[in-house]
Amino acid sequence: MTDLNLLPLSGIAIVVLGFALRFNPLLVVTAAGIVTGWAVDMNFLALIETFGEKFMNSRQLASFLLILPVIALLERYGLQQRAQSWIASIKSATTARILSVYFVVRECSSALGLLSLAGQPQTVRPLLAPMALGAATNLHGELPKEVKDMISAHAAACDNIAMFFGEDIFIAFGAVLLMDAFLKENGITGIEPLHIGLWAIPTAIAALLVHLFRLARLEAKISREIAFYKSQPQTRLTEELS
Amino acid sequence: MSAPSNVVNTPPAIISIENIYLLIGFVVMFLVMRTLQDKGHPKKYSTALFWLLFGNVFLFGDLSISLLGKAITYQWVGVSVMIIALLAGFGRVSMGTYDTPSDEAKSHSAEKIGNKLFMPAVMIPIVTVICTLLLGDLNIDGWYIFDQRHLTLASLTLACGVALLIGWKFTSGSPIRALTESRRLVDSIGWAAILPQMLAMLGGVFIVAQTGTAIQDLVTLFISPDNRFMLVVLYCVGMALFTMIMGNAFAAFPVMTAGIAVPFLIQGHGASAAPLVAIGMYSGYCGTLMTPMAANFNIVPAALLDLKDKYQVIKVQIPTALTLLAINILLMYGVIFND
Repeated sequence: MTDLNLLPLSGIAIVVLGFALRFNPLLVVTAAGIVTGWAVDMNFLALIETFGEKFMNSRQLASFLLILPVIALLERYGLQQRAQSWIASIKSATTARILSVYFVVRECSSALGLLSLAGQPQTVRPLLAPMALGAATNLHGELPKEVKDMISAHAAACDNIAMFFGEDIFIAFGAVLLMDAFLKENGITGIEPLHIGLWAIPTAIAALLVHLFRLARLEAKISREIAFYKSQPQTRLTEELS
Repeated sequence: MSAPSNVVNTPPAIISIENIYLLIGFVVMFLVMRTLQDKGHPKKYSTALFWLLFGNVFLFGDLSISLLGKAITYQWVGVSVMIIALLAGFGRVSMGTYDTPSDEAKSHSAEKIGNKLFMPAVMIPIVTVICTLLLGDLNIDGWYIFDQRHLTLASLTLACGVALLIGWKFTSGSPIRALTESRRLVDSIGWAAILPQMLAMLGGVFIVAQTGTAIQDLVTLFISPDNRFMLVVLYCVGMALFTMIMGNAFAAFPVMTAGIAVPFLIQGHGASAAPLVAIGMYSGYCGTLMTPMAANFNIVPAALLDLKDKYQVIKVQIPTALTLLAINILLMYGVIFND
């Protein structure tokens, strides 16, 4: 308790500060790395080597770049427009219903380990967001930019939340294996990955209920926002002109 | 070529992780070339340099390790990363100009092609899942099609190729055309595409610097080891907060669990480990929903969807995240204690 060494925490302070001051995150993260290394007397060359090593070893994180060409091509030929007009042909489709159905399917499929079935670049941008927008346009006519953004952001949030809170049920998923390995390493025995997966279910159900409740109220919110922006034609006009 | 003598090595594969990195490298280099050809690009050379340095790591990284060794490779990659950060940090990376058809033209083409336009996009998940589940261990005499350690990623790569070919058939737009089009999307994501790797890098420095131990020391100052409820609150909120800083719950988990959960809850109060870690990890995920550091989930989508406010996805997620964090705390307090 006596020699509390806070120097290794300096990087965290840089991250928080850099954020607050709205510096570019790449710059903040690099600065945090350099300051942390310097605070604990790391050799500068060794620090650069650590940078390079970790960057090299995490290259699989950039694999989403491979999905973009086909999405970009389809968009050039009208994928988003097609998604919108297809949804417009289904009379009962509303923004909230589309997002709710997607949420349930996404959470169940990720609980079965099918994480790559969907995602931000491959389903949200080309399909889900245009469909959610199409349903709202169908109901309300042309939408203000603010309302469009809100609906698109909800589409992105659905994908994230449904995937996150479904995935830990699947026992072969990295997070469950990580927790299992951690417990074994710390000498806590008698726990199987299956137990961890089972205890993920209550939160997964809570996530489903909480988010579906919010989506159920989304339609009313969209109507409210549209009424609000329609009541201020002046400000919108000046914004468009500027 | 003789067969690999060491059985621990991964078996050779056509779509190996090294080949996937090469492919990403070629894609990025193609975009660099197109950026240099973009006459109206306001920051042409610095944007091209940014992606060139990034692409190099994929194209020449593994080659450099086998020719020059790990130390030298990691050094030039490390230097590249710092230049990348400086270019992005001082606003030298931007969107260029793109030849995009009007919305009317797109609607017209959409009507002409019809629902077939969905096919390639739908094929990506279908092919990925089929390859992962059914064709994963397909091999001829020990030569596998898919990298056995990165099965999903290898399947996804093949699926993207298949989707490109189907897209070519239905739209008459070639894969080269597709690559050219993708510059618009890649540029709109911009620096956020690289943030996840940068955070992995910061995590590596934190491990060397033993930041985790320092956090544990700090946390113990504020803990009263008898107050069960506060311990649960501290663990769950700590997981969420540290995840927000690191952008990743996996990085926060070992630190917070070793610092609070194991000594105080499991050893101190005999808490059940399985629900403790499962709910603890989910508390971290609540943090993931609230931080721009989780760029690929929160910032990249905002860019992909052309949102005016880059934090809007986060703002939409915060109510669900906070509600779930509260539920996690109550749930954990309710189920982990056995007496």
